[in-house]
Formats: sequence, C-alpha cells, structure tokens
Amino acid sequence: MTDMTAATPATPDAAKVETPFQRFRSEFFESRVATFALATFGVIVLLAVLAPWITPQNPYDLAQVDVMDGRLAPGSEAFAGYTMWLGSDGAGRDLYSAILYGLRISLAVGLASGVIALLVGTVIGLVAAYAGGRIEAIIMRIVDLQLSFPASLVALMLVAALGKGVDKIILALVVAQWAYYARTVRGTALVERGKEYVEAAQCLGISKARIVFRHILPNCMAPLIVVGTVQTASAISLEATLSFLGVGLPQTEPSLGVLIANGFEYMLSGRYWISVFPGLALLFTVVSINLVGDHLRDVLNPRMRK
Amino acid sequence: MTVFVIRRLLQAILVVFLMSVIVFFGVNVVGDPVHMLVNPEADQSEIAATIERLGLDRPIWEQYLLFLKGAVQGDLGNSFIFGEPALQLILQHMPATMELAFTALTLAIVIGIPLGLYAGLYPDNAISKGIMAGSIVGFSLPTFWVGLMLIMLFAVELGWVPATGRGDLGSFLGIQSSLFTADGLSHIFLPALNLALLKISLAIRLTRAGVREAMGQDYVKYARAKGLKTRRIIFVHVMKNIMIPVVTVMGLEFGSLIGFSVVTETIFAWPGMGKLLIDAILQLDRPIVVAYLMIIVMFFVLINLLVDILYSILDPRVRLQDQGA
Amino acid sequence: MKKLTAATAVTASILALSAGTAFAEKLTIGLASEPTAMDPHFHNLGPNNAMTLHIFDRLVDQTEEQVLVPGLAVSWKPIDDLTWEFKLREGVKFHDGSDFNADDVVCTIERAPNVPNSPSSFGTYLKGKSVEKIDELTVHFTTPEPYPLMPNDLSTIRIISNETGCDAATEDFNSGVAAVGTGPFKFVSYTPGESIVVERNDDYWGTVPVWSEVEFRPISSGPSRVAALLAGDVDMIASVPTTDITTLKARDNLVISQGVSNRVIYLHMDQFRENSPYVKANGGGDIKNPLMDQRVRKAISMAINRDAIVERVMEGVALPAGQLLPDSFFGVSDNLEVVAYDPEGAKALLAEAGYGDGFEMTIHGPNDRYINDAKVAEAVAQMLTRIGIKTAVETMPRSVYFGRASRGAEGNLPEFSFILVGWGAGSSEASSPLKSLIHTYNPDKGFGSSNRGRYSNPETDALIEEALRTVDDAKREELLARATEIAINDVAIIPTHFQVNTWASREGIRYIARTDEYTLAMGVVKE
Repeated sequence: MTDMTAATPATPDAAKVETPFQRFRSEFFESRVATFALATFGVIVLLAVLAPWITPQNPYDLAQVDVMDGRLAPGSEAFAGYTMWLGSDGAGRDLYSAILYGLRISLAVGLASGVIALLVGTVIGLVAAYAGGRIEAIIMRIVDLQLSFPASLVALMLVAALGKGVDKIILALVVAQWAYYARTVRGTALVERGKEYVEAAQCLGISKARIVFRHILPNCMAPLIVVGTVQTASAISLEATLSFLGVGLPQTEPSLGVLIANGFEYMLSGRYWISVFPGLALLFTVVSINLVGDHLRDVLNPRMRK
Repeated sequence: MTVFVIRRLLQAILVVFLMSVIVFFGVNVVGDPVHMLVNPEADQSEIAATIERLGLDRPIWEQYLLFLKGAVQGDLGNSFIFGEPALQLILQHMPATMELAFTALTLAIVIGIPLGLYAGLYPDNAISKGIMAGSIVGFSLPTFWVGLMLIMLFAVELGWVPATGRGDLGSFLGIQSSLFTADGLSHIFLPALNLALLKISLAIRLTRAGVREAMGQDYVKYARAKGLKTRRIIFVHVMKNIMIPVVTVMGLEFGSLIGFSVVTETIFAWPGMGKLLIDAILQLDRPIVVAYLMIIVMFFVLINLLVDILYSILDPRVRLQDQGA
Repeated sequence: MKKLTAATAVTASILALSAGTAFAEKLTIGLASEPTAMDPHFHNLGPNNAMTLHIFDRLVDQTEEQVLVPGLAVSWKPIDDLTWEFKLREGVKFHDGSDFNADDVVCTIERAPNVPNSPSSFGTYLKGKSVEKIDELTVHFTTPEPYPLMPNDLSTIRIISNETGCDAATEDFNSGVAAVGTGPFKFVSYTPGESIVVERNDDYWGTVPVWSEVEFRPISSGPSRVAALLAGDVDMIASVPTTDITTLKARDNLVISQGVSNRVIYLHMDQFRENSPYVKANGGGDIKNPLMDQRVRKAISMAINRDAIVERVMEGVALPAGQLLPDSFFGVSDNLEVVAYDPEGAKALLAEAGYGDGFEMTIHGPNDRYINDAKVAEAVAQMLTRIGIKTAVETMPRSVYFGRASRGAEGNLPEFSFILVGWGAGSSEASSPLKSLIHTYNPDKGFGSSNRGRYSNPETDALIEEALRTVDDAKREELLARATEIAINDVAIIPTHFQVNTWASREGIRYIARTDEYTLAMGVVKE
C-alpha cells in the first residue's frame, strides 16, 4: 500500500501558493485519462451544439426525410445526393445527422435531470441530516416512500401519465432519482455528524450552516459523485429503456435512446448500424462523463489528499 | 429497539396508505382501459356494458373507497384482463422474479465486490484499470440492448444455454424454484447476468471508492504501524467499514433489480411479475398495476427498515434512534 | 477462447434442430400475444379465440381463408325469414366421454354472453338471438328480424359441455377442471406468462392432429421470439417481425409461411367538426376543417405512395389496399383499384380546393398495435408534407391511443383529426368494416361504433342496413360491394395496405397461413 503516496506526488512548495481552484485544476489534469475524457466530452458537446450546421439533413424535418432512403447501408448515397456515411434508419433518417441531433436531446435530458435531481436531493438530504428530529423523520419517510418505487417504475408510470416530451421525461427522471441523492447525503452526513470534529466545531460556536456547508458537505462529495455519475448515466440509459418500452420520447424527434430502441428490432436482421452507431455514441458520452466524474471524486475527496 | 421497530412499522402503514391514494389516482388518470379490452367489433351497448361490469362508470373516489374496503380485507381487486384476483396473479408470478433478482444480486456481489476490492487496493495496476473501464461500459449500455446481445452470443451463436423462458422447477427444503434443477439454472443464467450487469458495475465502483478512502485513513495507518498483517487490515478493518455504503446501496438496489426486471423479463420471456406489470401497464389492467405497486411499496418499506437495522449492527456509531424523541 | 466462425454456428444450430426432430411428436410454439384465459367465453380476443380452438369446437368452422365449413353442425339453413335450423354432428364425444348434443349448444349460447368479469363478452355476436332445442341433434336459432349472418356469428362461439362447463367459472377452465371440449387437443396445463400445454385427442371426430403434445410459450418481444427459434427453444413462432423476414428466408434450415390477413390499415379523417383540433392553417391559426372537402381527402389519398409503404416500411410484407378487404373475401368490389401515387395531381387537387399553400395537421397513431404502425404513420406524414400539408406525427401506446381516438374530446367525441388505424374483419366478410367504420355513428342500433371520423352518408347507410337484412348471399354480396364502392369513391376512409402475417418454423414443418391471424397447432404440418 506504500504506492499510494507515489500516486499523488506532492510538491509542498507549490501547494503553499496555489489557490484551491488552481490546485484542483492541476490535480485534475494530472490524469491523462481524465483529461482525454474531458476533451472527448467537450467534443461531443460541441458536435451536439453545432449539429444543425455540420449535418446534411435535419432529421426532424419530415420534408427532408424520405422513406425511400430507409435502411441504407453505411456509405450509401441518399436520394437528395449526399452520402450517408453511417447509413440510414428505417424511416430514412441519415444516421450521422440523427445521432448528432439525438445527442442534443440525450445530453439535455441527462444533464438537466442529473443536475436538478442532485441539487434537490442534496439540499433535502442535508436538511434532514442536520435538522434531525421530526423534520428528519418526515423527510426520510418521504424518501423511503420514493425509494420504495424502483426508479425505472416511477419514470415509467410518470411518463405514461404525463405523456411524451423532453420536459416530461426530465421531470420524470428528476422525480425518479432525487431520493437517491438525498438518501446518500443523509447516510454519509449521519456518520459525519457523530464525529468529534463536528462536536468540536459546535463547541466552538460555529454556525450550523457553516458546519453543514464547510464540513459535512465536502465529506458527502465522494459518495455523491459516485451516485451522481451512475445516476446521470442511468438517466440517459433509462430514457432509452422507456423508449424501448414504448413510452419514451416521440419517434419523429429521436434521442439517442429512441434511435437505439428503434434499431433494436433490426439487430437480428444484419442491419447492425441502425442500433450500433447510436449505441456507440451513447457509450462514448456516458463513459466520458463517468471517467471525468471518477477522477473528480479522487481529486475532490479531502481524505485522498496528501 | 422494539419501540423503534414498532414506530417504524406504524409509519410504514401510513406510507402504504398514502401510496395507495397516489397510485390509485395516478393510474386512473392514464388512458382508457375499455378500448383495450373490448373486441373492436363490439358495438356501443357492449362497450357500455363492459364499462359497467368493470365498475368504471362510478366516480373515481367511489372506486377508490371500494378498493380500500377490499384492500383492508386483503382483496386488491380483480384483474380486468384475467378476471382473477390481482393479488393472486402477482403472487403466482412473484417467485420467478424473486429468484431472478436474488440470483442477479448474488452475481453482483460475488463478482462486483472482489473486483472492486482489487481495483481499490491496486488503483494504478492495468488490471484495475481494465476492471474500471469494464464497469463503466457495464452501466453505459441499455439493459435491453445488452440482453439481446447476450441471447445472440450465448444462445443463438454458441448454443450453450436456452434463449428464453424459465426452466423446470425443483424442490428443496419445501421451496419450489427453478434454481434447484440444471435445466432451471441454464435458463436463469442469461437473464440473471443481464439484470446483474448494472449492479456488478455499481458494486465494483462502490467497493473501490470505499477501499481507496479507507486505506488513507488514520485507523489503517495505526493498524499498519501496530504491525498488523495487510490481509487482516483489509479483511477485518477495511471491509467492515466499506460494507456500510455497499450494504445500503445494494439493499436499495434490490428494488431497482425488481424494477429493471421489467425489461429483462420482456427480453427473455421470463414469466415473472415484471412481465406481468409491463403487460398490465400497456393494456391498462389497472388493478394489477395498483396491486403490484402496493406490494412493492410494502416490500421496500420493510427493506429500508432492515437496512437501517443492519446499519446499526455494522456501524455502532449509527444509533437506532427513536426519531420522534 | 476459440472464436466461432459463422459456419460453425450454423452447423451448431442445425445440429440443435435435428436433435429436436428426434422428438418430433412434441411441438413448441412461440406466441407473440398470450391468451388471457382458457375459458372460451371469457374474453373475445384473437389470442384467446385461437387458443381455445384447440380444446373446443364450434358449430360452424372457418378454413384458413375464413370460408365457413361444417364443424359441430353438419348443415344449416334458414327455414323461414326469422329462423335458422342447424343439424348437429352425431357421435361426437367430449374429452370426458360424454356425448355432444343439443343441450350443450343451448347451454353454451346461454352462458357465452354472460360470463362474470368478462372484459369483452360474446354478446356482440349473440344479441337478439334465441335458441331452441328441437331434438337431440337439431336446434333452431330465431331473430326478431331477418338475419343473414347467423352462421358467421356462430362460427365465433366455442361449444362447451352441458355437464362440466356451463355452470363453471372462468377459474375452473383455467385450472382445467372445466376445460373439457370436443376439440382436437385436450387440456394439460395453463401457467399464465409461462406456458400452455395440450395433448392430442386420439378420439377426435375430425382429422386427428400429428402432434402428440403441443406447448405454447408467450414471447412478446419480436427479436427475442426470433432468437428463441434460432436457438432451438421453439419449433415455430408466430408474428415474425418484418425486419427479420429477409434474413430468416436466407437461412435454409427455416421455413417461412405467409398469408394475407383480413386486416386493413387505413386513415380516418375528421369529417364532422368545422374546427378540427389538429388541423391548422399554415402558421398555426384556425382554419375551416379542410378534411370535409372530398377533393382534399382525395388529394391525400393520391399523395400516399402505397408501394413505398409496402416495399420500404413493410419490407414487402403487405399488399397495397384499395378497399376494405383483400380480393378473396365476401362482399369486396371488383370495380375498385388501388389509388395510384400522383403527388402532382394531389397538389393540383389541393389547389383546386383552395389549399394551394397547404395547411398543417397532426397524424396520430398507435406504436404497439399493428405491424410497423409508427413507421407507417411517419411515412404518411413525410408524403403529405411533400404535397404541402405539413404533417406532424404523434404516436402513443395503444392503451392511451384508442381511448383518446374514440372518445378523448369533450362530449366523448373522437379527439384526433387524422388517424392511422386498422380493422380486422372477424366475421370474414365486408359487412364487418362497413357496419363499424362507414355507417353513420348510431349507438342505439350499434352502427358506426368505430367510425372515428364520423363519416355519414345516407346512401351507404341504406345499402348497409339492407345488406344486413338480406339472407340471399348473391344479393347481399352485391349490396356490400356497392356500399364499399360509394364509400371508397367518396374517400370516407383511406385504406393504405393489407397486413400479411408471417410464421417461421424449423426445417421439416410448415404452418398453413391463416387470414384470421390465428396460430393453430392443427395447421402445423410435417413436410
């Protein structure tokens, strides 16, 4: 276990003059994998943002989509003259265009629901852990209530009730996932609350809010980031699953999940590209988010710091 | 302890009641079951007769009161589609799902924790990096997609195991399960693996995170300074500490396993209650949906309780508190 | 690990299949949808009706093409305007050894419409009919008005036993106690969600089946069903997804059977609201419902490239439709052609109707009901967008869709403006779609129950009603054909295609495709 120290070579002189942010930045970019993942994620976001300008087809404009172009193999030429480098799906959408447009939706859904759920869950969890007593009891019963439903079921029921649409999916995913954060934060905070340093801080007359945000919250970061990356990944994946079950996003404006779900039925027919390419796009996106998250956790965790 | 348990049980009853309100009204907002049930050739009077037969002509609060009256007596209503008691149908389908989720959870723990431990102890090792990369890929792919890939590889191409369905039942200590026959095991392997993949990844990550954190802590340093063997430090001291988050999350994940079994059971034609539920949702068999969710709520309120109790056993710092006091 | 080549994999599956042949007496079939009960009168639903046909017989049988042939009745004829006489088959025994006679028929007719908790009863086919036992092997059916479809209606009713079945509850059928029929197979076991097993009835009065035991397994996911066949889990599957048919055909160890179905996929247009909720002027303003103009409807029909739908969306597994039923059925018109694809003509017609700049519309359709339903809706939207009708697509699960499509708007009116739907003619002749889709909506008489566009034309109404009173077959057929012609030429609905059903089986066996979409073990033959 002695190699632990070797992993994070400390330069004591530099540490003295660095601000916390600078230190965080230099520690983060120490890892080549994380840097690469962040770069990949950046490229993916850029591609998604630029989609309308760098694709030959707007897959949401039915006037540009022709069913006669359906199921063309990668590299085929579309009726309109451009080459479909990644082939086309069953409705005649150019997969390259559809994937970039789909990325926009999937990223928006995954990130928006992840961030909102994390904020809501963290605040509620901290309030519960710190307030204690009746408030904690009530909050945790609500969390129990929420967690007694598997996220996939909650989302399934909500989307079935709310109808289709990006905003509704995000709402469903937030409702389905906030409790995981709340439970995680509260679980960790509960342990921290019992520790001597909190008692010491209380004795010193430090305000409750300060204890929560300066002392307890940082200690919750590691598990939060683990849960956060897992949940963001599963949000994107869950959206795909809902589409597979027939209650996800509308077919005509496909997210990556809808593309994969639509391509699913072609898997045994040899038209692998309809499902595989969107699948790879999803894989790259989620893996890069996770790698960044993984490394963030190591960097942010005060106990890992030497 | 007893007071704590009783109090939590009372709270659980309140939770179940509130949930019944939410679920019942939530489910009744969606769609129109009548048009799912009647034959398209049925005329208007036949449709009206069906509405009456199913009690859907009554106001919703009256339907709820009738449901509640039955529920208190253990009757959660009759399935619209099967005409049999919803509770009975779910209980019939439950063993298949339970054995699937149980097998998946076992796989997740048996595979995930050792891999996570290894990756946590030797974080810079190539194997560890491979494990972590695999774990990331594991939960990045949608379950249904991986499920079909597994079928294509293991059942269609290699022909090692059957593609779909549940195997023969065996009996052991009075329990009927397909886990007790070779045929049953060959059938359960793929769906359980499919269901476990996400959880294997999660177990790896949680264990690794826990181990890495624990190894830097003072008690490990002291233990090492005291000259304890590395093996003892890891398996006695570190494991005991990291088991808390792992046990918590894995306990909660049993619920998500049952939730995700909806997808796995659809792909593998596994005759469990997840399949029953998704069919009920798609065909608007409301009594089944409500009954299923009620059972799930009760089940998980109990699991939460058990996890809290386990907490206290594993980490004495977390006291079982009577939270009203 | 040794990498398996495609060739070895194929060999492996051939070996697996030939191993199956050794026990060829047993047949395993993968079904797409599961029956909901073994009670033949519980739920009037395709999968139930198909499954119970293994155990029970009907008075009047239907062939693969849905032609009526003698079943438990050897002959039938109208003896006066209001009475039909059915002569019953002699010497038929139930599985428990008891004799089949008129008492069984009478009690069946009494039970069938009145099963408790039934989600969809057989009252639809038995309303207004009364039955009377004349002697052991003769029954009379009477109706208050002349009624030609008596044999068709009775071909939907499975006969149960007077002794074991008539007082039994649905659970007794599910447990097998009451599942005692005269059919070619006997009940063995029913495990919902898992399997249904039947065994051969060696004393069957008709052709004794070749299979000693048949197991049905519900596998609802299409790709999984195909995989189960490829892996050798099952000998045959129903409802092969269109996407897989080409690849399966290419495998020489599989047999594909196909047959056109009685199901037409069509577009229904709001023709009763001046202001239709999902039809808007360009830019979203209100507009007088253009779908009320016959020229607009015609233009829409001309804008639809049916060949493209069949070839591209359905992968060739469908037939372009020009009317309500495929050619071979009773009551179809010989004078109707499939409307030719003519986008320029469609544009001209739109301009003539005053919609040269088009308008905006939403097509609604289910996404889990018909073969490739959502994709067809999308293709139709693409085609309409090309002639200037900017069409958005909204598809939803059938659980939500049908309720809204039938009575989602205020006053229980149909909610949508332009919808994709399908209709299967269970009675196997043209009065079924005409009565429900074309006739004016009229709850009192039970007409127009699925007329979601509320098309109304006194001329077709009169013809349909007259046909339903005409016992003479030739005359009735002519009336039905004329009603169809008028409705189609007036573009009451726009048929797009007829579904083709596909079954796939392992080498050595073949399924005789049926128009009614039933999957029957009796129709699986050895080659």
